[in-house]
Amino acid sequence: MTATAVRPAPVTLPRPGRSSRERRSHRRRWLLTAGLTAVAILVVFPLYWMVVSALTPGGQSQSSEFYLWPDAPTVGNFTEVFATQPVWRWLGNSLLVASVGTALSVCVSLGAGYALAKYRFRGRGLLYALFLVTIMIPIQVTLVPAFLVVARLGLVDSPWAVILPTLFDVVGIFIARQFMLGVPDALIEAARLDGAGELRTFFRVVLPSCGPLVGVLVILGFMNRWNDFLWPLVVLQGNESLTVPVGLSTLTSNPAFASPWGAVMAVATVAVVPLLVVFLVFQRTFVQGIASTGIK
Amino acid sequence: MSPHGETLTVPGTPAVATAAGSASVAGPASAGATTRRRRARWAPYLFVGPAGLLFLAFSLVPIVIAVALSFQDTATLGEGSWVGADNYRTMLSDPLLRTALLNTLVFTVGTVPTAMAIGLALAVALNRPLPGRGLLRALFFVPMVAAGVVVGVIMSWIFNPDYGVANNALRAVGLEGLPWLTSPRTAMLTLVLVVVWTRIGFCMVIYLGALQSIPSELREAAAIDGASRWQRFRRLTVPMLAPTTSILLILNVVFSLQAFDVIYVMTGGGPGFSTTVLIQYVFRSAFADARMGYAAALGLLLVLILLVFTLLRQRATKKAEELL
Repeated sequence: MTATAVRPAPVTLPRPGRSSRERRSHRRRWLLTAGLTAVAILVVFPLYWMVVSALTPGGQSQSSEFYLWPDAPTVGNFTEVFATQPVWRWLGNSLLVASVGTALSVCVSLGAGYALAKYRFRGRGLLYALFLVTIMIPIQVTLVPAFLVVARLGLVDSPWAVILPTLFDVVGIFIARQFMLGVPDALIEAARLDGAGELRTFFRVVLPSCGPLVGVLVILGFMNRWNDFLWPLVVLQGNESLTVPVGLSTLTSNPAFASPWGAVMAVATVAVVPLLVVFLVFQRTFVQGIASTGIK
Repeated sequence: MSPHGETLTVPGTPAVATAAGSASVAGPASAGATTRRRRARWAPYLFVGPAGLLFLAFSLVPIVIAVALSFQDTATLGEGSWVGADNYRTMLSDPLLRTALLNTLVFTVGTVPTAMAIGLALAVALNRPLPGRGLLRALFFVPMVAAGVVVGVIMSWIFNPDYGVANNALRAVGLEGLPWLTSPRTAMLTLVLVVVWTRIGFCMVIYLGALQSIPSELREAAAIDGASRWQRFRRLTVPMLAPTTSILLILNVVFSLQAFDVIYVMTGGGPGFSTTVLIQYVFRSAFADARMGYAAALGLLLVLILLVFTLLRQRATKKAEELL
């Protein structure tokens, strides 16, 4: 950091010296903030540019003129792309896949996390090790075989082809297990003493103490599914059944638009804005969720 | 490691603690044993069952099929002929594989340390009381939210050599535009830049969490002892962050080795083969060249690299812990 280079100079008079040092540290703080703000602007710029390009008419965007805001902002790109492509369908498909997939996978992860954290049963260690190894296996390796499985089940081109294979979520199971380890055994024993069955114990006693965990799992799961690309690309075929990212990727090579980049940026904007809103509302949980994928 | 574990557990703790307290009052000491005997044997299998079945159907079976495919010569889906270790032998003399491995190395070495260094610098800066700190943290994190495809299309547009804002800005200040993605010499650098951009927020968040768990008394004591800011950073902060750094290193390498969407959308591995990394080559072999068997073998090579790296890293961490 630039600020770290500045060292306090030795001072002879204590009182004026302190105040000048204070002034210096004050100035340094503002310098640092200004520097960080500049970097932040650079970091956010690409997303800003996406929105600007979506609002820029073709004439101006297809020029080598430098501008930061269009002369005549227009929603023409949005109306054109929504009129010629089934963007609403893509959004609907994405929403369906992301919400149903997240809901089911959170249940699967909670159950598995609970069993792995709170029960001793035969094969537990092996099962957990096998689960964790799958983190290492990139989807490209199992892409073709997984496609064969889905094709065998007759699911190609249906939303279930996207939902089912992603229900098993190792990271989610891992986070759930870590959290459940922190639920006191005494709590579970107490519920059993009161005569509660296994399921009742889970739903009435364990689950209510897992609020923050569920929040993290939901937000992470939704984001990953909303943004998922390669698997939907392989199993979805008809233009009507695509999700937003796959639809978006088909547009870059679509010659049908007056201003292809304007259309692409319009759909990109529509794809990012819902997540940005979720991010701004649930910022704490969101950051916590991303951070917790780093626990190992 | 622990800081995030803690932040996760903290909100649930108060309710849990009080309930546990009342339980210990209610239950006699011997009750635990009785209830444990009463615990249903089927229960854990019921809870882990759905995950297990899904794992079997969509992870384990595909992996087994992938291993089988790697010993076959399969042009199209389905029928293949067993060729023994031919696919693995082909790998040894495949010049494209050598290019892909080299590109993977360049891409990983270019992205991982850069993203981690910038993330660390931002975390250290934003760990201080600064005006607008919360907003700045959020802004650095925003790129994480965008899908790889979205990042890919935005960046392709920004770095478009004719109409992109990057070259328009360069030309506006009198410089020459760069070819960015269209030249084999600059394409990889552009990709590294873009991927670093998506990654710094993540590194920053993880480092921030770890920094917050370093007791401030330590830093104050070092300052009283006359340690300069740089010395405190070098001698205190960096060693305290070592476990976090090692986790981030593993995660970032895994991310980089598996980075697909952005490269696929931005260059598709080109121009030529200048940005064809291993994972891109796996995809290409399977879907463009229709060599499923070879693609499976390449994919397993990638898994092997990932596994070896993780194990090495784990051993290094353990050794470091023993030394300390």
